[in-house]
Amino acid sequence: MRHVLSLLLENEAGALSRVSGLFSSRGYNIESLTVAPTEDASMSRMTIVTSGSDEVIEQITKQLNKLVDVVKVIDVSEAAHIERELMLVKVRAVGAAREEMKRMADIFRGRIIDVTDASYVIELTGTQEKLDSFLGALDGGLILETVRSGVCGIGRGDRVLKI
Amino acid sequence: MVLTGAEIVVRCLQEEKVEYLFGYPGGSVLFIYDELFKQDKVRHVLVRHEQAAVHAADGYARTTGKVGVALVTSGPGATNAVTGIATAYMDSIPLVIISGQVPTAAIGLDAFQEVDTVGITRPCVKHNFLVRDARDIAATLKKAFLIASTGRPGPVLVDIPKDVTAQRCEFAYPETVNLRSYNPVTRGHSGQIRKAVQLLLEARRPMIYSGGGVVLSNAAEKLTKLARLLNFPCTNTLMGLGGFPASDRQFVGMLGMHGSYEANMGMHYCDVLLAVGARFDDRVIGNTEHFTQEPRKIIHIDIDPSSISKRVRVDVPIVGDVGDVLDDMIAYLEAGSERPDAECLAAWWRQVDEWRSRDSLGYKNSNEIIKPQFVVQKLWEITGGDAFITTDVGQHQMWSAQYYKFDKPRRWVTSGGLGTMGFGLPAAMGVQLAHPGSPVACITGEGSIQMCIQELSTCKQYRLPIKIISLNNRYLGMVRQWQEIFHGNRYSESYMDSLPDFAKLAEAYGHVGLQITKPGDVEGALREAFKRKDDLVFLDFRIDQTENVYPMIQGGKGLNEMILSSEDL
Repeated sequence: MRHVLSLLLENEAGALSRVSGLFSSRGYNIESLTVAPTEDASMSRMTIVTSGSDEVIEQITKQLNKLVDVVKVIDVSEAAHIERELMLVKVRAVGAAREEMKRMADIFRGRIIDVTDASYVIELTGTQEKLDSFLGALDGGLILETVRSGVCGIGRGDRVLKI
Repeated sequence: MVLTGAEIVVRCLQEEKVEYLFGYPGGSVLFIYDELFKQDKVRHVLVRHEQAAVHAADGYARTTGKVGVALVTSGPGATNAVTGIATAYMDSIPLVIISGQVPTAAIGLDAFQEVDTVGITRPCVKHNFLVRDARDIAATLKKAFLIASTGRPGPVLVDIPKDVTAQRCEFAYPETVNLRSYNPVTRGHSGQIRKAVQLLLEARRPMIYSGGGVVLSNAAEKLTKLARLLNFPCTNTLMGLGGFPASDRQFVGMLGMHGSYEANMGMHYCDVLLAVGARFDDRVIGNTEHFTQEPRKIIHIDIDPSSISKRVRVDVPIVGDVGDVLDDMIAYLEAGSERPDAECLAAWWRQVDEWRSRDSLGYKNSNEIIKPQFVVQKLWEITGGDAFITTDVGQHQMWSAQYYKFDKPRRWVTSGGLGTMGFGLPAAMGVQLAHPGSPVACITGEGSIQMCIQELSTCKQYRLPIKIISLNNRYLGMVRQWQEIFHGNRYSESYMDSLPDFAKLAEAYGHVGLQITKPGDVEGALREAFKRKDDLVFLDFRIDQTENVYPMIQGGKGLNEMILSSEDL
């Protein structure tokens, strides 16, 4: 089962490697991991997409909580939540493809943020599935480069991760 | 008061009332050593290899309950310390290790004696720090001692670059430190405790399984009280020996791969299992699938939530300090008059005693050749069961666990989790320093002792009258045993040729050495050794080369599938 874990951790050198080291040393999966400081500069927020049985996820959560740099851990995917990922795609845009790429970007509510005579950079935000289907809908031969931020997650409504 | 970083380090150790600092100097820690020279509150013990510094601090910590402290230099000093740190981590021993680091400006430039110590030790410490500013030293060391000694204890490493030890800044040792992300639970959940007590009262075939957590939280007396209130059989893990008096009728011996028949059968067939400060390790319950086939309710008390339901799903988890939780359980029991069904218990005890009557630790003694079990039994007799015993790893470790009956906690010092050969002698140094005048024996083998034999020199320098009981069978015995049983008697690299004359080697270091080859001389040699109160005596017992450790559970087998002797193979 896929899970999205959100962590608050001390914004200290080495905190990231404690978390990633835990996953590699105990053989847990990481599908994506993203981290950045929060409004409180002393803390970072990390989102980890992982998968495993209920027992494995329980162990992951317990092991994360054991790390001294980890302030709080929640599984945002266990209730109503929102996930978003940002993707930048550089595509070839010449001839007929130029118009087609613009149309595809519009359909997926992407934005073209860089234009040259031969290429576009398209910015797209959404769930992992939406980004995957956008890539699936493009002619693979025209994709020059893609970069994705990894998933960010947040609970809906009253579910707040804060200390 | 303005002090240098090095002065601050030493002042912090004094504030923490550190008696002994085990270490080895080097370039990056020169300023700290200079400050150590100028004071006499913290006594430095100069080992001969950094691994031994950490093991010695570990032995000190295990037998006193205090934090053990070691000091090593950067690069090879730190990497040599890693085995010791990992040993302490696996057995949850509170240590603070201070390592020197190259100057801040040189970090990352492949400087002389530079390694990423924080990176290398990260997976085998409870926590570690790199201090980049002298103003952070005091608070960091305060945190290090707090983290090492609270919750589930463990080693904490503090890496200090050389320039930081030379910086000057204001010093005040903080009374408290704020760690918002570190709040170990101590009190158990009262609802869960009540549920657990109810389950214990309803048990028909109960078993208490206790581990190192009971020793670490100083809860042996509480466990004993609870066990006696309930009249339940009790088994200890390797790490838990001494947590329940071995001479007590309710004690069924150690369990696990080389545990007693009655302990393992009881563990397998019980209907309610009370696990206290133990972690269902692979050497304890063997095959988890086999273990969980037999239905039983499990109550698990542990301070570390991640130890609960890690290998075996439990029914009543209780996160908390073992001692506090046992107190609460005893209080609930004493407040009520309900007790477990006496008839059921009597029937269960008859079953346990029937298993016990198999005498799974029985062995055939000999008049011709020294049996290792006999040596350990005699050692136990002569020391009145009250010596501090350290071991290395292998057959001798199992024989020590089986035949030295510990009635008190913190007498038994062994590397259980990591299984570190070379642990015994340096650990014994820490133990002897912590308990001057008390008998300390290191039971070892000719393989293990050679992994840290250089420490005979340290023992001489500090006049440590340790008794080294070497069960010398000229084989890496446990490897040989597995090769005999599982690899068709192909003794691949397990025979040791060209061994030194250990008695003479001990003499070369300035100690007393004796070689014993006849069973009739065993007792006399042991008595002679303990009579020499001021000398380290190295007893080289030439034992039966073919002796194996029994009983035994083969890998992948269940607790009820024990081999009691070679005839069962």
